[in-house]
Amino acid sequence: MTNTNVNIVRAGFYKRRIRYIAVTVVLTVFTAILCSAMLYLGNTRYSPEVILRVLLGEQVKGAAFAIGTIRLPRMLAGLLAGMAFGMAGNTFQTMLRNPLASPDIIGVSSGSGVAAVFCILVLKVSGNIVSISAVIAGLSVAFLIYALSRGGSFSGGRLILIGIGMQAMLNAVISFLLLRANQYDVPAALRWLSGSLNGMKMEDIPALFIVVLLFGCLLVFFGRQLKILELGEQSAVTLGLRTDRTRLLLVLCAVFLIAYATAVTGPIAFVAFLAGPIAGRMAGAGNSNTIPAGLTGAVLVLLADIIGQYAFDIRFPVGIITGILGAPYLIYLLIRMNRTGGAA
Amino acid sequence: MKVKKLIILISASVTLLVLSAFASLAFGSRNVGLKEVIGTLFHLSSTSFESLVVRERIPRTVFSIIAGASLGVSGALMQAITRNPIADPSILGVNTGASLFVVSGIAFFHVNSASQYIWFALAGAAVTAVFVYRIGSMGYGGATPIKLALAGAATSAALSSLVSAVILPRTEVMNAFRFWQVGSVSGATWEGILSVSPFLVAGLIIGILSASALNALALGDDVATGLGVNTGLVRIAGALAGVLLCGATTALAGPIGFVGLMIPHTMRLICGPNMRYIVPMSAVGGAILLTVSDIIGRFIGYPGELEAGIITAFFGAPILILIAMRVKVRSL
Repeated sequence: MTNTNVNIVRAGFYKRRIRYIAVTVVLTVFTAILCSAMLYLGNTRYSPEVILRVLLGEQVKGAAFAIGTIRLPRMLAGLLAGMAFGMAGNTFQTMLRNPLASPDIIGVSSGSGVAAVFCILVLKVSGNIVSISAVIAGLSVAFLIYALSRGGSFSGGRLILIGIGMQAMLNAVISFLLLRANQYDVPAALRWLSGSLNGMKMEDIPALFIVVLLFGCLLVFFGRQLKILELGEQSAVTLGLRTDRTRLLLVLCAVFLIAYATAVTGPIAFVAFLAGPIAGRMAGAGNSNTIPAGLTGAVLVLLADIIGQYAFDIRFPVGIITGILGAPYLIYLLIRMNRTGGAA
Repeated sequence: MKVKKLIILISASVTLLVLSAFASLAFGSRNVGLKEVIGTLFHLSSTSFESLVVRERIPRTVFSIIAGASLGVSGALMQAITRNPIADPSILGVNTGASLFVVSGIAFFHVNSASQYIWFALAGAAVTAVFVYRIGSMGYGGATPIKLALAGAATSAALSSLVSAVILPRTEVMNAFRFWQVGSVSGATWEGILSVSPFLVAGLIIGILSASALNALALGDDVATGLGVNTGLVRIAGALAGVLLCGATTALAGPIGFVGLMIPHTMRLICGPNMRYIVPMSAVGGAILLTVSDIIGRFIGYPGELEAGIITAFFGAPILILIAMRVKVRSL
């Protein structure tokens, strides 16, 4: 390669790098703004100074309850769950090389949902047991789908189709559990149909935070391997990647994120699905987009929650807003994919 | 097919249908003996407690038979005209589309009788069917199973968020309409059945009449045209019948999934690929399936009941998985 060519390649590399960093910074700032808005907006609005004092642990009369007990857990849950959904969705989509292969379309989220609803409504337990069983169920569903789609030759399209079937079946189980439930438990469990940030408690946050931090970092760390997997099985093997081992690790991380977040907030529709492609469009190809995808997920959840709470006369749970916002994009994506012949 | 096999098949399925209808009248939160059921059917004016219970169950039994038959035929027609093994009103999102239109009609246009629901349901079904098929058939390879399924799943997910958004703020009003999210036959009344049945009958007749032309269509458009079939007309007739059937059913029952997927495939296994058998047999099979699902729902949900749509989804989804496993990768 001549020197000019090297320069062109290098210039392109730096250009992408700068774009990636710029997008990440902008998303971070935007997330921060939304987080502050979540703390600021509400029936009573407190001045930024009061909010800051509450956050620092000071007991301000009235504000300490409104912000510390209601708005802060809500904001943190939205932020963390959004990041978890975004990163996990992006990992699945990149690994299976199809934007439609997100965990909320192929049934992994529903698997976690079934386990969580079962624990809450039937076994009457809460806390970590719910999250752990959600993780186990999510993993089992992921491996079951993978095993079922292996027969003969592996195909991404078949995996998605089987996932859609699995999703329908698991949703039937969730409806069954909800309808059989005690009348008094139903409102608590109803969020499992759409996902909601209502009634978040501070106790739920630390475990979610640790999971997002740990597995999020792992996913960021393995971003390069994920990028190589996206080239396809053969190329990845040729490039010296232990594909099976890497895939297993990535799936584990992603399912942990999805399942923990689902156990806390319920399945917030389309966030896992939307975050990856949106982040990809903004940050451009050629990077591992785990961080932008996570931030995009957080932005989506927080924004949708603000819209759901304040834009209408009635308060809608966040999942319904993301569902309505996400649907047109999903259809647009389908049209574009079909045009370019990218399916399956 | 041999005449003997045909006779056995027809008599077996009709017997099953009659048995399931009897079971549907007899079982529930209060079980009634077979003797009382028959007694009630012959003396409709009887006022004993048992016969009142049975009389209450007659409309829903009749409706589950009609609705199941319509969904079965609708699925068979959709699979034939799209030449796609996974075409089904629920997978294509058509049921959810019909559901959304009806719910919007109730919420925004103050529609309140089944004879008015039906127009909304039909419009919703037609718009969604065309929309999903258009998106699914874009690009290379036409409407492959995977593209159709994804377009349908996406549209369906989107529409059901909208249904929730319409229902949610109106909890009191909509409590009775919770079945718009999961289909159920329990809300059937004679008035409702009467107002949807003209559409169902029209759909069934068109479906049965177009069966032989659909046979030709299965050979491919070129061959079918060579055989003198007007492929465009057949497609339109088949699609019209399919939409009429599933739209009208949804108007009364809400979105009931997977009946239209399971039954035609089962019938194809039993009586071969001839549409002239598949269409009527799908009607009988669908009726049996939905009636039995409704009964199972009453047992599992005892002392209340579980919506039939949940049962059909639970048993139908594995069939989708099986089909997905069997379809060749190329045609995905």
